Amino acid sequence: MHVPLSAYLILSAFLFVLGVIGVATRRNALIIFMCIELMLNAVNLSFVAFSRFLNSMDGQIFVFFVMAVATAEVAVGLAIILAIHRNRETVDVAELNLLKW
Amino acid sequence: MNLWWIPLWPLLGFLANGFFGRRLPKPVVAKIACGSVGLSLLASLQAAWHLLALSEGARRVEQVLAPWIGVGAFQADWGLLLDPLSAVMLLVVSGVGFLIHVYAVGYMHDDPDFPRFFTYLNLFTFSMLMLVLANNYLLLYVFWEAVGLCSYLLIGFWFERKSAADAGKKAFIVNRVGDFGFGLGVMLLWVVLGSVQYAQVFAEAPSRLPASGGVVTAITLLLFLGATGKSAQIPLHVWLPDAMEGPTPVSALIHAATMVTAGVYMVARSAPLFNLAPFSMEVVAWIGGLTAVFAATIALVQTDIKRIIAYSTISQLGYMFLGCGVGAYAAAIFHLMTHAFFKALLFLGAGSVIHGLAGEQDLRKMGGLRRHMPITAWTFLVAALANAGIVPLAGFWSKDEILYGAFAGGHYGVWMLGAGGAFLTGFYMLRCYYLAFEGPSRVEALAAHRVHESPAVMTVPLAILAFFVVVVGFVGVPPEHGAYHRFVESVLAAAGGAAQHAAPVGEWPMAAASVLIAGAGIGLATRCYLWRPGEPERWAARCPRLYRWLLNKYYVDEAYDTLLVEPIRRGAVWLWRRFDEPIVDGSVNGIGALVRTGGRLLRYLQTGYVTSYVLSFILGVVAILGYLAFWR
Repeated sequence: MHVPLSAYLILSAFLFVLGVIGVATRRNALIIFMCIELMLNAVNLSFVAFSRFLNSMDGQIFVFFVMAVATAEVAVGLAIILAIHRNRETVDVAELNLLKW
Repeated sequence: MNLWWIPLWPLLGFLANGFFGRRLPKPVVAKIACGSVGLSLLASLQAAWHLLALSEGARRVEQVLAPWIGVGAFQADWGLLLDPLSAVMLLVVSGVGFLIHVYAVGYMHDDPDFPRFFTYLNLFTFSMLMLVLANNYLLLYVFWEAVGLCSYLLIGFWFERKSAADAGKKAFIVNRVGDFGFGLGVMLLWVVLGSVQYAQVFAEAPSRLPASGGVVTAITLLLFLGATGKSAQIPLHVWLPDAMEGPTPVSALIHAATMVTAGVYMVARSAPLFNLAPFSMEVVAWIGGLTAVFAATIALVQTDIKRIIAYSTISQLGYMFLGCGVGAYAAAIFHLMTHAFFKALLFLGAGSVIHGLAGEQDLRKMGGLRRHMPITAWTFLVAALANAGIVPLAGFWSKDEILYGAFAGGHYGVWMLGAGGAFLTGFYMLRCYYLAFEGPSRVEALAAHRVHESPAVMTVPLAILAFFVVVVGFVGVPPEHGAYHRFVESVLAAAGGAAQHAAPVGEWPMAAASVLIAGAGIGLATRCYLWRPGEPERWAARCPRLYRWLLNKYYVDEAYDTLLVEPIRRGAVWLWRRFDEPIVDGSVNGIGALVRTGGRLLRYLQTGYVTSYVLSFILGVVAILGYLAFWR
């Protein structure tokens, strides 16, 4: 059965929105990070789908870039979360409000 | 011969004493101050000598230092003009000024603000000399204001005393009313004639301003308004008696000899304009005459020695304006000159008395001082007799010439005012002398055993002035043909000259009449205060209301207070409460409140939670994408 492009895009959008809601809603910093990864992967899916349906390698090449960026970002982000944990004994973002007026 | 040296010396004295006076010893400050005026005097003498050497028609030296304002068609320069009129004024200002500076060294010796006093005096002398030498109306106006400023500073010299500070304010504010008119006059002059330089104005006025026309009348009346303010004539005379709060040398210099005469000088200088406006001249003559009598009547009953002399000044200035108004400009300036000497002498003599009595100014607490202060007494008597117009002293020649000019010109009304004033002058002047120097001593016990004649630094100027009072009148003899008259003729030609010499009565009978009238006044005073003490009190008791009216200066100050000062003050308070506070302060405070409130509300965006920031971020992205997708 032929799967239409729209199916891939809808799935991608759904996953992206899921990621956004997770980032906006969850309290655990690691969970927020995982949601960010979810967003990135949703976008990857979108790129690959377009690559397939437009018969162009550009989309898949771009996926490599996205993955490289995601990796670097995870490295830095986890380092920051580790530092916060050492300092504050918590990874709950609701506890980090020193900049409140 | 550079004219600029004349005002420059006092300016340098002002700067030197102003910046360094407090660090210099008193003798040095005194030498700088007196020396600078002395050098001005020498420069003035040199200038006058130079002028005499020129032929009669060519007695005019104009020196422009630099252009000042050149805007479109308007041109006014830093320019000085030396002609017989300004030469006479220069000699009066620097000569009498020098003597008063020397006197003040003694009088102000114990004052802690000695340097400040001489700084102001030098500034005043500089301003007055510039006023007299200016060659255009704008420069005249600038220094007219400058002498007003110095007057304020010097009247309020002892500013810790509220009455002195108030008097200084009053002088300046009343003068400003007059100056408003003066300024309008100068502006009107420029609008109509296109220039404010004397040379151009006086050359073009006869041809371009229709004689007796509304324009020239308006200009001259506005100029005269300024003169009434500066020279304390009705209705702006009220500041001069209060100005006696200042130190006595100030009263002598500014409020007798020089500053108050600036109005007379200005009118005389503007003679070509006034000659075109007979109505204005009538106004000038009548205000002069009425002021002369008005002030003399007030002087009859005053008890403060300086007040009497102050009202006498107002009265004599009235005579000068009377002279100008009837066209006898030369006579008016002659009287200005003689008056400077004897009035300064009167004030300095009063200062000597006050100094000798450690501050007492009330005539009721004086008496018999001639025994203790003979030099002061004799010089004061000479000045008083001169003021009253007794031959052959200076005041006689000048006052008589004015009265003759009035009579000969047919102005019998103002002549009667002048003659009446002469009677009153004789009376109040000798009253003052007798109460202070003759009769039994009414001095309070505390001061009585310390009464002493003043030191030489004060009595020598008195003697020098007395000498001048005796001799200076003779420069104007024979009347209208003396050396003085020939000197100023080129500048102060009288208006309606022909009518002058067609008088029904001759010169000498009129002079005799003047002396008799003054003598009657003197005789009455002698009777009341020397021979029959107690008589004035009986007279006062017989007409108490009249006495009270005179004593309270016709309640003019009270009238001005009720009609002008109070309403203005209440208006100002109303404006303060209804406009200044709610609107002006309100707007400024309102802006502050606005910023504060804005901050208070915007603060809620700073939650400190990353999550909320992310949410804003997301909302922003959605908004932008939505805009791009659906509106473009």
